[in-house]
Amino acid sequence: MTSRKVSKKTNVNTQELLSFYKDMLLIRRFEEKAGQLYGMGLIGGFCHLYIGQEAVVVGLEASAEEGDKRITSYRDHGHMLACGMDPKGVMAELTGRKGGYSKGKGGSMHMFSKEKNFFGGHGIVGAQVPLGAGLAFADKYLENDRVTFTYFGDGAANQGQVYETFNMASLWKLPVIFVIENNQYAMGTSQLRSTSTPDIYTRGAGFDIPGEAVDGMDVLSVKAAGDKAVKHCRAGKGPYILEIKTYRYRGHSMSDPAKYRTREEVQKMREERDAIENIRSILLTGKHASEDELKSIDKEIKTIVNESAEFAKASPEPELNELYTNIYA
Amino acid sequence: MTTEILMPALSPTMEEGTLAKWLVKEGDTVSAGDILAEIETDKATMEFEAVEEGTISKILVSEGSEGIKVNSPIAILADDGENISKLEVSDVSKEKPVADTNNSESKLKTSIIEAISEPEWTDATQVSQQTVREALRDAMAEEMRRDEKVFLMGEEVAEYQGAYKVSQGLLEEFGSKRVIDTPITEHGFAGIATGASFAGLRPIVEFMTFNFAMQAIDQIVNSAAKTLYMSGGQMGAPMVFRGPNGAAARVGAQHSQDYTSWYAHIPGLKVAAPYSASDAKGLLKSAVRDDNPVIFLENEILYGRSFDVPDIEDYIVPFGKARIWRKGTDITIVSFGIGMQYALNAAEELAAQGIEAEVLDLRTIRPIDYETIIQSVSKTNRCITVEEGFPVASIGNHLSAYVMENAFDYLDAPIINCTGKDVPMPYAANLEKLALVTTEEVISAAKKVCYR
Repeated sequence: MTSRKVSKKTNVNTQELLSFYKDMLLIRRFEEKAGQLYGMGLIGGFCHLYIGQEAVVVGLEASAEEGDKRITSYRDHGHMLACGMDPKGVMAELTGRKGGYSKGKGGSMHMFSKEKNFFGGHGIVGAQVPLGAGLAFADKYLENDRVTFTYFGDGAANQGQVYETFNMASLWKLPVIFVIENNQYAMGTSQLRSTSTPDIYTRGAGFDIPGEAVDGMDVLSVKAAGDKAVKHCRAGKGPYILEIKTYRYRGHSMSDPAKYRTREEVQKMREERDAIENIRSILLTGKHASEDELKSIDKEIKTIVNESAEFAKASPEPELNELYTNIYA
Repeated sequence: MTTEILMPALSPTMEEGTLAKWLVKEGDTVSAGDILAEIETDKATMEFEAVEEGTISKILVSEGSEGIKVNSPIAILADDGENISKLEVSDVSKEKPVADTNNSESKLKTSIIEAISEPEWTDATQVSQQTVREALRDAMAEEMRRDEKVFLMGEEVAEYQGAYKVSQGLLEEFGSKRVIDTPITEHGFAGIATGASFAGLRPIVEFMTFNFAMQAIDQIVNSAAKTLYMSGGQMGAPMVFRGPNGAAARVGAQHSQDYTSWYAHIPGLKVAAPYSASDAKGLLKSAVRDDNPVIFLENEILYGRSFDVPDIEDYIVPFGKARIWRKGTDITIVSFGIGMQYALNAAEELAAQGIEAEVLDLRTIRPIDYETIIQSVSKTNRCITVEEGFPVASIGNHLSAYVMENAFDYLDAPIINCTGKDVPMPYAANLEKLALVTTEEVISAAKKVCYR
């Protein structure tokens, strides 16, 4: 990972910085709350937290326009919040309640919002990659001028279907941005032990897909790269790869023994590279905001998150007849 | 104001654990995300983070304590003097609960499916002879003319005109935007087509054979079939996966499998397996209009066979309605797809021997027309099933169970399932013949249940 200092970026305004701060903080606080509700037994099954990776979706969503689509894996809470889905509906899906986005029938890994063009939430590693290219295929077919952000991890990047998709996406010039969220660990297996080449984006070259590595702990770099990729896709030049080097602070899922990396490694990343802290320091040192203003944002976020948790606890379980609905259209 | 920090559950099954180590002490100030303690479960040791900021005012459970119940207090957190309760009122009203996102898609849905019923086909109906291959092509062409969102993709469907010539002429009429040659990568293009269907297109995916669809079965089952349910009805996959299924001739084990029961197993999929040309046409048109993913199982041997097809405009056959090919009183023979040829041939021979068989063609396996089966068995009191697939967990097995549960008192004999043999398909001509179900086996099974 490069150690570029975020403060070198100059062309950002206060409004943008504040919205990055707010959006990233919402994801972090939401995920911490989800972890807490999991601990209380209110969330079941698998729950994959996004803490540490917030800058990736927040930066890229800043590059998206109305009507653009997004699809991702099972580590999906951050993507949903970043594209404007209601935290209450997301949290209530985590608790398996009627008020959740999938009426409690999808859970953490399988959530969708037609309204926000969020196409899941997919539990099978890599499966969302051809699906994402298919969304882009539809936009091209319908001549919509929209792009699709297709997120997957460094683990999924070793799946065969990813390369089948690269081939067709390039061949057919599909407007899809392949976003590789490289958090360096495929579950508990380090990238060094699972992936033959350190820079996954270079694999696009074999398919004539341009790509680049991006510092994923710096939301401004992510946004800049997102703008470039979107411009490329919208111009009809076909797919683009962004390999965003990021880091997940928490375990793969809630039941992760954390034996595969040292606490020092995690701690070092948190202390030196945390995306939220970085933006906070830019805001303060650049006099974009005062401590008090940031504090009031913190409180606002806390309120939103607490309300989502209250809603998720209070929302009833789905009606029993929901067992047999939505199997066929 | 203080908050109790509770013992967390760190896996779905954890009920208690050991507080292995405190990483904070009383009086420490913590912020959200700071690691408070290490908790040991039977599976692993995990870190436990603070969710709120504040000061650890008291530790209630000492390091090394075992058997701490989940949700019991382990420490007390005091906030740093802020009165949080005041803040929590701000700006609540903006939030809208998601509740029932009552399917805005339903507006787009046509009423065509509900309206489908098979047109009356009388002696006066004009018919023409058509092969199954031509009927399938006509069905796709008619649906592509009707709806621009329908497109065909697959290996060799365009310039080659279809590996089995089913898509002959479609490229010329509809162009390369809507008739798309793919690379030989089933997993990838099945996923792309499924994604396109999520976004509102209506893909027809041709598999050169369903044997190759095993490469794509994750996308078919996990993505196409389950998304409507997992999204609470927000989006699904209105699409068709079609191609030849089952044994052709002399192509060996990897190219000769019947997948009917595999797909019939999956809630969320519909499965059609036509025998005749008219059903191939009418069912494929239904399949394209269906808002669900449809597995459309054709058969290479039947492609070239000719049948009467009614000269009815927009000829549609609904799903879930069996066709009675032959009326009879002595025994019910239930089959589908190429199995029908054995069933019909056997019925003719049985008639010559004085046994009148009623022959039912299921036409669709999901949904199954149970009603027609039960009605027939209630009349004949005897039943056999015929299919080319493997015997274990076959469609016949399922029908036998269903009839036993629902019409046991009507049965005068056990049901016999005539199936392919429980072996990979051999190449040698004599062995291949032996591996498939035969008319003779059907006749002998029928006689057995008639005690003749």
